[in-house]
Amino acid sequence: MESVLIYGAINSITFALMAIGFSLVYGVSRVPNFAHGSIYVLVGFVVWSLVNDLGLNYGLSILISLAIAALIGLCVYQFVLIRLRGLPTSEIISSFAVSLIILEGLRLQGIGGFKGFIGPNYVLKPFLDGKIELFGVFVDYQRLIVVAVGLVLAIGLWLFTHHTKMGLSLRAIAQDEQAAMMLGINSDRSAMISMALGSALAGLAAVIILPLGNVTCEVGYHVLIYALAVCIIGGLGSWAGTVLAAFLVGFAMKVSTHLFGAVWESVVLVGTIILVLLVKPSGLLGKQKELEERV
Amino acid sequence: MSSQELRRKRLDRSINVRSTGLYALSSYREMTYLLAPRLLLIAGLLVLPLFLDLYWQRVLCAAAVFAMLALSFDFLAEYVGLVCLGGALFIGFGGYAAGLLNAHLGLPPAVTIPIATVIGACLSTLVIMPCLRLRGIYFAIVTFMVPLFARNVIVALGLFGSTEGITGLDTLPNTWVEQYVILSVVLVTLFGIRRLVSEDVGLIMMGIKDNDQAVLAAGVSIFRYRVLAVFIAALIGCFAGAYLAHLYGWLGLSLFAMDFSILPIAATVMGGMGTLVGPVIGALILTPLSEALRGFGQLRVVLYCLILVLFILYKPEGLMNVLERKYHQFERLEKV
Repeated sequence: MESVLIYGAINSITFALMAIGFSLVYGVSRVPNFAHGSIYVLVGFVVWSLVNDLGLNYGLSILISLAIAALIGLCVYQFVLIRLRGLPTSEIISSFAVSLIILEGLRLQGIGGFKGFIGPNYVLKPFLDGKIELFGVFVDYQRLIVVAVGLVLAIGLWLFTHHTKMGLSLRAIAQDEQAAMMLGINSDRSAMISMALGSALAGLAAVIILPLGNVTCEVGYHVLIYALAVCIIGGLGSWAGTVLAAFLVGFAMKVSTHLFGAVWESVVLVGTIILVLLVKPSGLLGKQKELEERV
Repeated sequence: MSSQELRRKRLDRSINVRSTGLYALSSYREMTYLLAPRLLLIAGLLVLPLFLDLYWQRVLCAAAVFAMLALSFDFLAEYVGLVCLGGALFIGFGGYAAGLLNAHLGLPPAVTIPIATVIGACLSTLVIMPCLRLRGIYFAIVTFMVPLFARNVIVALGLFGSTEGITGLDTLPNTWVEQYVILSVVLVTLFGIRRLVSEDVGLIMMGIKDNDQAVLAAGVSIFRYRVLAVFIAALIGCFAGAYLAHLYGWLGLSLFAMDFSILPIAATVMGGMGTLVGPVIGALILTPLSEALRGFGQLRVVLYCLILVLFILYKPEGLMNVLERKYHQFERLEKV
């Protein structure tokens, strides 16, 4: 019982961490970033390569790969999405295609001597080895770091979007782009910054969560789906909704795994989404532009 | 600087003007002008199998399956405003329905394909129905997840041969039947959908796409029309799935593969969104291309996506719209 509670909470914060970048980019500034999951995985592989192939320091390679993630987010916006603003269908399709290019590109084999990131050999080192006993349950330090970083980021994001000029301008372009432009907010620049920031957050989530398991390309799809699920269930642009939904999904999955077995995880995930949409189409706490988003 | 002093001017061809409205009936020339592209497509598709060897005939069948999916994607995205990233769902449901009817009840393909089309379409519509209150990106996301979900349910419950699938289904009598069945269905679907979207129903659906709140305010139930549209799209997709199961005589988890969701989208964007013919042509170009690259594994998906992004960025109107413009208009450079 304690283990379900503790691991459920850890699981929930993991989801919140995965979703936070996506939520910042789509929920807050309304740029769909389907490349979220692929940037997550890419950062994992870049860190691995920097540490194992170039022999760099772990911390340094994490910093470098976060910068790379932000740069990729920036480029995706600057070269692809900027030309498609206001065409939702094209935005979705093209960012999804970019995501697939990155994810499947990582698996390419035999071009220019590139071996492709396939197989179970790609493991990142945990920051701290060892375990601690909490209420009779063993929890490793890495999971505690996940919890700490998740909490700090969730609070930090709230402060950022509600109390800084930059964060407020991101929310402004989501709510009414024209009015925001009249107030002197450069909407392209804001959207670009939010893409870069969101991608960096995806990368940060990756370096903290990935040491708990292997780095594989499939993870990218899962992360995208988890992030989307949390954002849908929580409601658009709602900070509290995102956190609440992360806990709902996290516990639902842990409890179902405990009761029925691990294969049911994803079934419960989609079941939760469909249930929430049936009962409350705008998500748990979604208020923003409710009428225009859902009919 | 010289490029700025010239601009491109487009003028309608005189025959295009002469063949609008009732005047089209004025002479054979005008009628030929209107009919030629359509007849060219029909005749081209029907004659094509005669010039191909066995391997490429198979590829043609696969291309036609993707053409069906691309048609259903185009119809949903451009005429109803629902971007459905889950084409694999239709293929999966249709394929599994047909395969199970064949394997467990021993029905022949001529019976299973129609039944599976309807059953699969009903099931897919039921599955998608809860998400129909969403639109735009949310609908896209949920439909993207549903095939993965269906896959997981099959593995979790160990249903229908689980990960191995079921082999040894009845195949169609011979390659000619195989090809002409799917090609004729593609043509019927293509012209059927074109007719559908110009009827009253199509008008309402396009209204829903452009401004659903206005349609709602006019007292029309958006939800019912969306269900209808999804059902039609699912019929198309499930037919393709049922056919595919019998084409390979096999069903399995790869019926839910991502290829079935991505290639049709790439084909649609390449061919021209909203033209309906474009997606078919796009599928007929992309599938052989991907077949030629079979040896490179994942390169195929990367390639579709690259084509997709490049077309969206640099030729967003798609091939078909360009061709149509060239057919109806001529252009020349003119001094400003």
